[in-house]
Amino acid sequence: MKVKVLVTPKAAVLDPQGAAVRDAMQHLGMPEVESVRIGKYLEIEVGAGSADVESRLHGLCRDLLSNPVIEDYEIQPTNL
Amino acid sequence: MGAVNSLAGLKAEYVWHQEDSLSEYDAIILPGGFSYGDYLRCGAIARFSPIMSAVIKEAAAGKLVIGICNGFQILCEAGLLPGALVRNRSLRFVCEMVTVRVEVAASAFTRGCATGSLLRIPVAHGEGCYFADEETLRDLNGHQQVILRYADAHGKIVSSANPNGSVENIAGICNREGNVFGLMPHPDRACDTRLGSGDGATIFRSMAETLETLRAAAA
Repeated sequence: MKVKVLVTPKAAVLDPQGAAVRDAMQHLGMPEVESVRIGKYLEIEVGAGSADVESRLHGLCRDLLSNPVIEDYEIQPTNL
Repeated sequence: MGAVNSLAGLKAEYVWHQEDSLSEYDAIILPGGFSYGDYLRCGAIARFSPIMSAVIKEAAAGKLVIGICNGFQILCEAGLLPGALVRNRSLRFVCEMVTVRVEVAASAFTRGCATGSLLRIPVAHGEGCYFADEETLRDLNGHQQVILRYADAHGKIVSSANPNGSVENIAGICNREGNVFGLMPHPDRACDTRLGSGDGATIFRSMAETLETLRAAAA
């Protein structure tokens, strides 16, 4: 099965990449863009029949895929 | 490694990341570099190297651990130091000589300095912007854990002296117990005046003095 994970910078963390992209969008015809935040999107293929996928995935989201000090994560609802 | 070996009385050795013991060493240095290509986040994968369980064990036992640049990032990812290092505010890799002010001289890593003294040490990083939330910052400041801050040539903590956007100009912090220290500048690249500065040697000499003191106390 496919699992999708979104990792985004916390609101309090500076996102200079997002700010640079926001500026570019404003210059390229969308002055109404107010903010851009850049995160990561992971597509993870998991073999069928694995046990406790969701809880183990949450564990690895906290330990490896995101850093809870600076990022939030979200496991997108699929057919988990 | 060469930097440490160039200092009288000190001897450094490389330890392979697949090894799992550091018990024979007096102190541990996590050097700079781009472990695992900084994939995912800087230090995120390196912190799961087999050797890191030994680093965590020795740190908990009170051994001196210093993380330089990527080593600092790894120590934060491993939870041995609070906060995290993120992309430089300028989005540029910075490679230059900076000035840092010693905020706490009563540390295992800066005892050879006076509080307020200035060290010239180079930085070379793309993700050296130190971040910690307000509560963590209060804790760090309240417990004398901010050891180094970026300063101008007069020792003033100003944003123009901050090479990466680090919160409160923080360049180096230690843990509450004081035996784990992380910094973005490279003291290892400032151990010989012929390379522009010998100030970095003060950090390693301070560590050696601390070890001597500990040995004398144990004897």
